[in-house]
Amino acid sequence: MIAGSNLEKVINSGNFVVTGELGPPKSSDITQLKHHAEEMKDHVDAYNITDNQTAIVRTSSIACGATLVQMGLEPIIQITVRDRNRICIQSDVLGAHALGIKNILCLSGDHQNFGNEGSSKGVYDLDSMQLLKGLKDMRDQNRFVGGDELEAPIEYYLGAVANPFADPFEYRVDRLEKKIEAGAKFIQTQCIYDMERFERWMEMVRERGLHERAAIMGGVTPIKSLGAAKYMKNNVSGITIPDAVIERLRGVEKEERKKEGLNMCIETIQRLQEIEGVAGVHIMAIAWEEVVPEIVERSGLYPRPNL
Amino acid sequence: MIIAERKPLEEIAAMAAPYENICVLGCNTCVGVCMAGGEKEAEETAALLRIHRKNENKSGEIDVFSIERQCEYEFIDEVLERLKGYDLIISLACGVGVQTMIEHVQSLRVVPGLNTTSMGYPTEQGVWAERCLGCGDCVLHKTMGICPITRCAKSILNGPCGGSADGKCELGDEIDCAWQLIHDRLSSFDRLDDMKEIQPPKDWSTSHHGGPRTTVREDVRIDRGE
Repeated sequence: MIAGSNLEKVINSGNFVVTGELGPPKSSDITQLKHHAEEMKDHVDAYNITDNQTAIVRTSSIACGATLVQMGLEPIIQITVRDRNRICIQSDVLGAHALGIKNILCLSGDHQNFGNEGSSKGVYDLDSMQLLKGLKDMRDQNRFVGGDELEAPIEYYLGAVANPFADPFEYRVDRLEKKIEAGAKFIQTQCIYDMERFERWMEMVRERGLHERAAIMGGVTPIKSLGAAKYMKNNVSGITIPDAVIERLRGVEKEERKKEGLNMCIETIQRLQEIEGVAGVHIMAIAWEEVVPEIVERSGLYPRPNL
Repeated sequence: MIIAERKPLEEIAAMAAPYENICVLGCNTCVGVCMAGGEKEAEETAALLRIHRKNENKSGEIDVFSIERQCEYEFIDEVLERLKGYDLIISLACGVGVQTMIEHVQSLRVVPGLNTTSMGYPTEQGVWAERCLGCGDCVLHKTMGICPITRCAKSILNGPCGGSADGKCELGDEIDCAWQLIHDRLSSFDRLDDMKEIQPPKDWSTSHHGGPRTTVREDVRIDRGE
């Protein structure tokens, strides 16, 4: 056991892990976020809290994470390298730990041009790999990136993201291996719509035994409408939506599309459970958080283990 | 070379508005080659400014000429007396040229007629691509001659990130993913394993992040005491 988080315990137990995603609001009123957290609390093992996702200013991930801790729930705080240099990131990690946060997910983050502060200065002092390695060394070597020693030990469980749908495809497994080397113990993937490509990627993951070194969690997002699918296909960086998905949605009556989107998501999760080496699912039901319990139940993943 | 482009005429005209006796000064080296601030562009800018001011019923004289480099004292000195005769010099040099002139001759009033954009080269007629950020610690030997600091929007040293698709950057199809290019070149030299190594955090102190930089070469300095 590294940090003793619930996420770590469920992963170590061999149960199929379920995490959900909570996006902080563009205000300091986090009532809704707390409400969604309550709504899915028996259905997920931990919650990702995004870090100014798509480069839009929102309540900080750590502030929301600390609130979840107070509620007796378990956050995974996301940290991107876009907005903070190594001084600030390490300081925030110390603060997050002091507030009882035990899981950290390291990522690059969407470029600042995408967000609502497009003229801001990007930081990118570290990259996501260096962030992982830096936080691992803070924990395991008791030293900061710059070499100075921490005055007291720190513990957290580190994760990273992987995008099997990005290019160059053959490099994506190398990159995963690199992230595992750098310290990631759990991996959440970009939303899976192209199952064929995901399975090819998993095959390479298994060939190298990477699934035995880190928990690979498939990312899913239920599609609410044809418009949402088209939007994601054309505008969301890193997401691939095959035409077959669009066609399937188009093939049903407009009022049935929500249901169909949900069905597709559940089918994906069921398939994930059958793939050797997939350790769990990360459900990103953005702006549709209330369906998470139904997704988890219909996917046969309820109740969650109580460890 | 240093790449620049001319400021919008309206902006230049606004800077020139309070003055009567104006000089548009071209710079024939980098910005001359990139067709932003050389002799021809200086003439053009002066002509446009004259028309603009005429339309605004503004009086005054707009003179125009060019020097080889505004970023070296010796070239400025050649025309110094002439420059002192103007109320305003609209410099069509890069930002370095503008500053060299005012540091050399405090009394000159110099404004920039260009926006300095980058260090790069022309990939085709009329297209200049950025290739160097001057970070002070070149990594090109590790990346097959393709600079990830400059050409990756996130300056990632362990790339490509998850936004790379079809060889393009997540910022848009007009930008190549630098790490796809590095990957392809490493692959063609059978060196893909290089990408497996975790590159440590960069020392940004050699870049502008370490403060404004001055390069001192004792071996070529002239000892004025002797």
